[in-house]
Amino acid sequence: MTGFPWLSVVTFAPLVGVAFILLIRGEPDVVARNAKGVALWTSLITFVVSLGLWINFDPTASGFQFEEKVLWMPAFDIAYHLGVDGISLFFVILSTLLTVLCVGASWESVKDRVKEYMIAFLILETLMIGMFSSLDLILFYVFFEGVLIPMFVIIGVWGGPRRNYAAFKFFLYTLTGSVLMLLAILTMAFQAGTTDITKLLTHDFPISLQPWLWLAFFASFAVKVPMWPVHTWLPDAHVEAPTAGSVILAGVLLKFGGYGFLRFSLPMFPVASADFAPFIYGLSVVAIIYTSLVALAQEDMKKLIAYSSVAHMGFVTLGTFTATIQGIEGAVIQMLSHGVVSAALFLVVGVVYDRMHSRDIATYGGLVHRMPVYALVFMIFMLASVGLPGTSGFVGEFLVLVGAFKANSWVAALAATGVILGAAYMLYLYRRVIFGKLTKEDLKSITDLSPREMAVFAPLVLIVIFMGVYPIPFLDAMHVSVENLIERYETAVAAAEQIRLAAR
Amino acid sequence: MPDLVPALPEIFLAVMSMALLMAGVFQKEENAGRSVSYLAIATLVVTIAIVGVVADGRASTFGGAFVTDGFAVYVKGLILIATAAAVLMSREYLEQHGIFRFEFPVLMVLAALGMLMMVSANDLISLYLGIELQSLSLYVIASFQRDTTRSAEAGLKYFVLGALSSGLLLYGISLVYGFSGSTNFDALAQLFQAGESPVGVTVGLVFIIAGLAFKVSAVPFHMWTPDVYEGAPTPVTAFFAVAPKIAAMALFVRVMVGAFGDLGDQWQQVIIFISIASMVLGAFAAINQTNIKRLMAYSSIGHMGYALIGLAVAGGAGNAEARADGVSGILIYLAIYMFMNVGAFACILQMRRNGRMVEGIGDLAGLSKSNPAMAMVLAIFMFSMAGIPPLAGFFGKLYIFLAAIEAELFALAIIGVLASVVGAVYYIRIVKVMYFDAPEEGFDGPVSMEMKAVLVVTGVVTLFFFVWPLPILDGAGLATAALLPG
Repeated sequence: MTGFPWLSVVTFAPLVGVAFILLIRGEPDVVARNAKGVALWTSLITFVVSLGLWINFDPTASGFQFEEKVLWMPAFDIAYHLGVDGISLFFVILSTLLTVLCVGASWESVKDRVKEYMIAFLILETLMIGMFSSLDLILFYVFFEGVLIPMFVIIGVWGGPRRNYAAFKFFLYTLTGSVLMLLAILTMAFQAGTTDITKLLTHDFPISLQPWLWLAFFASFAVKVPMWPVHTWLPDAHVEAPTAGSVILAGVLLKFGGYGFLRFSLPMFPVASADFAPFIYGLSVVAIIYTSLVALAQEDMKKLIAYSSVAHMGFVTLGTFTATIQGIEGAVIQMLSHGVVSAALFLVVGVVYDRMHSRDIATYGGLVHRMPVYALVFMIFMLASVGLPGTSGFVGEFLVLVGAFKANSWVAALAATGVILGAAYMLYLYRRVIFGKLTKEDLKSITDLSPREMAVFAPLVLIVIFMGVYPIPFLDAMHVSVENLIERYETAVAAAEQIRLAAR
Repeated sequence: MPDLVPALPEIFLAVMSMALLMAGVFQKEENAGRSVSYLAIATLVVTIAIVGVVADGRASTFGGAFVTDGFAVYVKGLILIATAAAVLMSREYLEQHGIFRFEFPVLMVLAALGMLMMVSANDLISLYLGIELQSLSLYVIASFQRDTTRSAEAGLKYFVLGALSSGLLLYGISLVYGFSGSTNFDALAQLFQAGESPVGVTVGLVFIIAGLAFKVSAVPFHMWTPDVYEGAPTPVTAFFAVAPKIAAMALFVRVMVGAFGDLGDQWQQVIIFISIASMVLGAFAAINQTNIKRLMAYSSIGHMGYALIGLAVAGGAGNAEARADGVSGILIYLAIYMFMNVGAFACILQMRRNGRMVEGIGDLAGLSKSNPAMAMVLAIFMFSMAGIPPLAGFFGKLYIFLAAIEAELFALAIIGVLASVVGAVYYIRIVKVMYFDAPEEGFDGPVSMEMKAVLVVTGVVTLFFFVWPLPILDGAGLATAALLPG
């Protein structure tokens, strides 16, 4: 609780940008230009400061770092309490990075209500960072749920033709799950007498209560992840959202669920997690195989990537609940990798969508002849999504499968087929869009990536390859946190086993 | 001669209402409305100050029929603020419709007086006096726009049904008196300390609950609400939706917890039922509404359902902490409800096109283009009513559900949160209409200064409640401590 409140700075810096944007007055195009400029600078500065967190992060220390705590509401000492550990740190950085890229990617494609658009994204950034760094349940819930407002507006205002339907579906699905979690949070507050996550992490909830709490949290996180069968909001939301909205949705919002499982379900309800693990394995394997097959049949590029997201997030839930060091680290890496890769793939689709205003795969074909750089960028992300060794996707999927193999070899075998199916639908997509003859008239004048677009893709390409070739910095930073988590999980499960044996 | 000091705010208000009547009569007709209405606002503000000054622990007078304590002070503050805001917001509308007569603010002041009486009532008779003074004033202002049939119909409907509910209430009071021998809350509480009561008292209690449920428009006594809200002039609706609801809810709490607190076993189930029914009906019935005033009527039915959760918790025997949290949950909810609703109605009052009021939800289409500031404020209120954090409405629901969980009323809490999801549908539909739909022509401008002030204050409170929630939380805590000592 000493030192400068860096986390608060990172969290609320975007709001300073919002305040500046609100002050902008003048002609519409001047306002739009200045709003874009302010948003870009704000998000860049936030990103740089968040990188500073990583540099000053001590990977050997266990527990939370950069902690801040101010009493907020006296009942159950609800506090404004922030802090990051090796797991949440990277999600904070992922959020700040993707926001910068979103602002960059929307530079020309958004022409309507630019000011409001930038405000929505900056507010979203604050909420995302706050969500990942809050160490108080109520505070967490405020950020978690608050995200609905800007996202609803982004899909609804700047979205496609069926945006009303998609926005409502997104809003109501997520809200339904979350309110049940709220009740669980309140129950926990009474059980433990506090909402402080650091204290709750070591609180033993009664074994009889754990399944109920676990299910309530599951209701919320499963929708967010999203897990089969509550994933149906995702394709709709992705298809209708503007490119940058899809990027944030796939890149960060889906991670809320996976992060929630790691931060709450596993350490706080270890016994219930162990009991429900087969259930999660089942759902994850169905998600991986079923949605991969669905993806294979898609005609809409965004929908295809949306379904592939569900499949990839299936690996995350699978890895998390194996509760092995490989499984969990793999899940985190998979989330980060998916955050970057799926975000990049949506940007890739956005590039041609901006030019042709169509997401149908059939509209395209033979783009390699006109857009060689684009074809290369697309290929890198396509291969990363497939999980080619040397890309970030490989590290995540491989570790998860190792973890899964330790837990249950059948599950691992079935999940591994997902990797093959993944290769099938991505390569099929790539062939149809990029290769072949350039026969369509309106494609003949299509232009390759502009310098601005290259600047957006460059950092993503670097990260994907860096994480694939040299994942040690990421793994090192999270190692201690993950080990703590597993140790806690195992002792709790072993203790519960003892009690059950004694009762027999 | 009874001690008059505890009743000073009421006495001041009563005297001032007569003075305002005189002031109105002795003025030129065209100026009277405006000047009396400003005087009325000043009176209400001064009354707030008097309430604050007189507040000093618990004091009762008039033979124990009238009591003032921390609970009364808190609720009176809310009522007076809401009434003052309603008077402020009504000026423009009344002027435009040519019905700005000075009786209007005077009636509002009288209604406020009735409400203060209700809140301070410590006897079934003074309770009835307060309710009737309030109701009679409200009947008149509901039909204030007497040359339109809708307004007259609203007033009449309200009057007939209100009289019926008063009848129920009186019948219940007579039963309670007949079987227990007292009408004083303190005496009743003493009689029922053991948690047992004659059957007649239980029957009477049910009638009292029915009468009060009518006043807070809880299901199944809600039928009048949508019609009256729709028919009454909009500023009157704005008033109805807030101050009388707060007063009736506070009275409900005081009667149930103060007089019959130890009979919780007998009335808790009834409250749980009407709470669930109100939340569910408020959520589902509002979905298909096209008139925004009717929508707000169903919305207020739903909100009262949530507040009643707190009362259901307060009826749980045994767990004293949970009971206190239930009551303070209600008080927090009411305060936040007041800010949200006053603000929302301030927006609705701006829905004016070519000099005429429009009330369709579709008329809001594209408001984000034609009047971005107002659209933003209304969106804040709508998200807040839907209970989405970090807006104030979320914290209102948070404290209510906190109490419900503490009292282990899990079924009630689960139905409550699920109803709030259904309720969210129609709140965000308004946001959708304003932001996603193709623009209609804008509303008549410009927004008057007083409306701007109301919108800014309520908007800021709703949006930034989370930054500094302590004033309301602490106030509610003190008020609860006064009602439930120990």
